[in-house]
Amino acid sequence: MIVAEQKPLDEIRDLIADAGKVLVVGCGTCVTVCFAGGEKEAGILATSLRMASKLNGNAQDVTHLTVQRQCEWEYLDPIEEQIRQAEVVVSLGCGVGVQALAEHFPQAWVVPGLNTSFMGLPTEQGVWEERCAACGSCILGLTGGICPIARCAKQLLNGPCGGSQDGVCEVNAETPCAWQLIYDRLKAHDRLDLLMEIQPPKDWSTSRDGGPRRITREDLRLVAEQVE
Amino acid sequence: MSDTSTNGYKSGSRLEQVLRAGHFAVTAELGPPQGADGEIIRKKARLLKGLCEAVNITDNQTAIVRMSSIGAGAIVLQEGLEPVIQMTCRDRNRLAIQSDLLGAYALGARNVLCLTGDHQSFGNHPTAKNVHDLDSVQLIQMVVEMRDQGRFQCGDEIKGVAPRFFVGGAANPFGDPFEWRPYRLGKKAKAGVDFIQTQLIYNVERFSKYMEKVRELGLHEQVYILAGIGPLKSPGMARYMRDQVPGLDVPDHLVDRMTAAASGISKEDKAARREAWRKEGIQIAIELVQQLKGIEGVAGVHIMAIEWEEAVRPIVEGAGLFPRPEPEPLPTADDPAD
Repeated sequence: MIVAEQKPLDEIRDLIADAGKVLVVGCGTCVTVCFAGGEKEAGILATSLRMASKLNGNAQDVTHLTVQRQCEWEYLDPIEEQIRQAEVVVSLGCGVGVQALAEHFPQAWVVPGLNTSFMGLPTEQGVWEERCAACGSCILGLTGGICPIARCAKQLLNGPCGGSQDGVCEVNAETPCAWQLIYDRLKAHDRLDLLMEIQPPKDWSTSRDGGPRRITREDLRLVAEQVE
Repeated sequence: MSDTSTNGYKSGSRLEQVLRAGHFAVTAELGPPQGADGEIIRKKARLLKGLCEAVNITDNQTAIVRMSSIGAGAIVLQEGLEPVIQMTCRDRNRLAIQSDLLGAYALGARNVLCLTGDHQSFGNHPTAKNVHDLDSVQLIQMVVEMRDQGRFQCGDEIKGVAPRFFVGGAANPFGDPFEWRPYRLGKKAKAGVDFIQTQLIYNVERFSKYMEKVRELGLHEQVYILAGIGPLKSPGMARYMRDQVPGLDVPDHLVDRMTAAASGISKEDKAARREAWRKEGIQIAIELVQQLKGIEGVAGVHIMAIEWEEAVRPIVEGAGLFPRPEPEPLPTADDPAD
């Protein structure tokens, strides 16, 4: 899932400073699961912003609502009226959600309430870790299901650097060395032969380096046209 | 043939010639300044000339911005000393690395050391974006293919003169997983690396175990392994390296020796204590060189006296490695080479 965390309140207050009427829009999917931008967080943020503006002597009208998924048009259509009434919309969706709102409601001024952090999972209650960097060309089949692009600080493809010590990364003692994990797993599966092969320079064109990405599925498009 | 003829050598560098002739090689390290004063490079080069075959010029070492390795290397060449250009994957993508290496070769550089690079979070620009388009194994392979096949990484032919470098890599025998380290060296050998410079070695016993496996894999016959030597400056430095630096293994007995070196000297006499520590640090380095020289498969030493270039002379002389061998001059283009 996409993992995010809320921006500092002061930063959000700066983003809405000139508005009298503010709408906070939560999202019921990834950011709900990571406790950053769901119904509960949207409610708390709206209350905090209201209180802060009152204390500041410049009371703002801050309301909130939550949609099931900010990143799909069909979930946004029903909130068109509330969006229209707001001078500023604070999206508590991920970066996709913010942009979906801005794209779907060109007249609205949409600002982010979250910093979108990474694609990952909760490894224990209250802890999330990155797992995928969306490089567009998955190599997990060569690395025992552990991604060195997302989990090695240097995105190495041919084994651990000299800074791997006692299983942790030299960059951060709380980060396991991805290549130690890969090594252990390949060894356990008797597949260390995979590590002996030199992995050639990666084709980064499928990653962000190739420019913004787009997937077109002609099979699905044709179906859509027939439905129309 | 043009002046790039290497007469059977891969690069024709002094380092390559000395190693090929079977001599125990010495390389040293020269850290460029955090400024644009070329005179600093000249002074350091004069301290090191005649003591080693070549000097490594670090590339934004520990991710701190310094004069470029190639720029400083060109000055070192003017001083009659041979540089080993260090090239990391942290700051440059494959385009920048290849174009810089073309320039380095045109300036006269003949050795390159291919490194991953320290992470930028350790340096003075921790908010920088890193590159890591290639890793060190892929970098080695690319530079070797530029030399041996005359091709860029993309496969296009290099027009005219291809850069013919003596290609180096690094190895940390003490990194984890320990049992994987000789195989990682094997991967660099497979990529075509010519020489290896290791991380600083203080734990000779553990390094010997590493070398046992290296010999078992036959890697010592495929690459020249130069063992890393670093003179300790003080007990504080020894403790810091033992306790704080990932990938370093400093045994307690060396820390104790450094501490004992100034035991009879008053704490007030800072200059005398400093002198005593440094003397002991150089003595330990000399002993390490002698021990490492006795290990089969060690083809030389790489002396890293960081900001203490003066230490190289007493170590080289004390270890009986002076004077350095003088390779036969390469035949000129007009001479019948064979």
